[in-house]
Amino acid sequence: MFIDVVMRRVVLAFVIAVLGAYAAFAQTDPAGPQSRTRPAPADYPSQFEFVGSWAPLGTEDVQNDSVPVDYLGLALTEEGRARALSYDESQKSMVERQCQGWGAAYMVLGPFGLRVSSQSDPNTKRLLSYTIDAWEDWMEMTIWMDDRARPPAHALHTQAGFTTGRWEGGALAAHTTHMKVGFIRKTGVPLSDEATIDWRFFRHGDLLTVLMVARDPVYLVEPEIISKSFRLSKVPLDFRDPCVPGYEGREPGDDVPHFAPDQNPFLDEFMKLYNLPREAVLGYRDTLYPEYRKKIKNTYVPPPPCTADCGVAGNFVRRRSP
Amino acid sequence: MAIAGLVVLVFAVGGASAQRGAPSQSARELAPIDLTGYWVSYVTENWRYRMVTPAKGEYRRIPASPAALPIINAWDPIADQKAGNQCKSYGAAAIMSVPGRLHITWQDADTLRIDTDAGTQTRLLRFTDRASSARPQPTWQGESSARWERVATPDRGGSLRVVTTNMRAGYLRKNGVPYSERATVTENFDVAPLPDGGTLLLVTSIVDDPVYLNAPYIVSPHFKKEPDGSKWDATPCSSTW
Repeated sequence: MFIDVVMRRVVLAFVIAVLGAYAAFAQTDPAGPQSRTRPAPADYPSQFEFVGSWAPLGTEDVQNDSVPVDYLGLALTEEGRARALSYDESQKSMVERQCQGWGAAYMVLGPFGLRVSSQSDPNTKRLLSYTIDAWEDWMEMTIWMDDRARPPAHALHTQAGFTTGRWEGGALAAHTTHMKVGFIRKTGVPLSDEATIDWRFFRHGDLLTVLMVARDPVYLVEPEIISKSFRLSKVPLDFRDPCVPGYEGREPGDDVPHFAPDQNPFLDEFMKLYNLPREAVLGYRDTLYPEYRKKIKNTYVPPPPCTADCGVAGNFVRRRSP
Repeated sequence: MAIAGLVVLVFAVGGASAQRGAPSQSARELAPIDLTGYWVSYVTENWRYRMVTPAKGEYRRIPASPAALPIINAWDPIADQKAGNQCKSYGAAAIMSVPGRLHITWQDADTLRIDTDAGTQTRLLRFTDRASSARPQPTWQGESSARWERVATPDRGGSLRVVTTNMRAGYLRKNGVPYSERATVTENFDVAPLPDGGTLLLVTSIVDDPVYLNAPYIVSPHFKKEPDGSKWDATPCSSTW
């Protein structure tokens, strides 16, 4: 009797073990058995070589012409719009602001390439971080890959912010917080210190595509999403000297140049240059979706061809109102 | 005895399943990412070239060759419309940048289908070679061959790579910046989660054209996933808006 009970238990345990093994077997990824014991994301191997020089391409328009009051492609809050309209580019002539630089978003909004290096623990050789080098008006960005804890909310905020990264689905995914109050467009569109940015770096052959999703509960109604591609450079990118401030006509202690939001003298400049609708230039959310194109199809009139004093490739950037 | 039979049956089923999983799996079964569903353009970049028609003669940011300039400067949308060429700016080299919605489905186990409501175009991305050896007439959407690029991470993932040739000559932009029948479009389709729980589709597109481009034309339009097709609004091609 006792032996019968023991035998039954042994057989039952065997069947359970077999069924358990089958369940694990059935769920195995055809690509390999590793999915049965998934390592922590920090232990995922690099999915591509990120280190190197990545040259800009210039075929994508992410900042338009940097003409004042150009908020195309943005979904701004009323506060964000008012603050943008109060911005005067002369602020950048102030000695104390000339080298202020631009925030993390400028990685994809600026004209420069990316020069990426990696840093490893000298003892374990394990990857600690990637660094994207600075330009003259952009601070270097470190992407921490070692699963370190994010600093508390009141910790130091910088132009570059604090960024952690991990490999995910074949891409490098990163998340930036702790950015100083800054801009998301050189035309003065603000980004608050509550903003966060999610990045994805995809590599396909010699092409690196950087996807930026910037969220800001203060100044953006919807995320600003920008994707920009870079090509692997065979020679290291050459970066210019650091920014050195100089006298540009404004004395220390002068007032900060600005406009009352409803009295910005450049309000119509970009609109007139390209016959663009006011709500699009001022960054209203509806203008980002296809319905808007249908809405304006009977009212939009393309500008006449540029015939004199045109910019590169027949655009109008140099043809300003008299 | 019965238990031994059960054990044999369990492994037999598992073994058969593993066999099926090897070379005979379809593209749909092997998909490392899910591209199906409705997607809407989110036009946060290249706005001035996509949401409105730029001025005649402007081709900024497109590396147009000297051979393209006479065509750019001769652009006549009314003439295009009259000649039945109103879909020239909806071809495979441009369609993903046209503001609109995509409906992506599996036409069969090895063919991914993309329908667009803007211009009512259909792209067929084939994972297997077509049986016919005869080269068909060029079409706006051309012939697209597709393959998955899988990654070996524990969380899987990957990308869809598509190469399209045999297109009718068309426009990269609404205002008549041309590409020729010799153009090739190479695309990668990637997905990324959005912080609010949504999903983003990113299409990195490279247009090579030995006739009308001096260098590859590279853009990366993106789309947000929508829960259903309730906002689908099919509109025919137009060369005038």
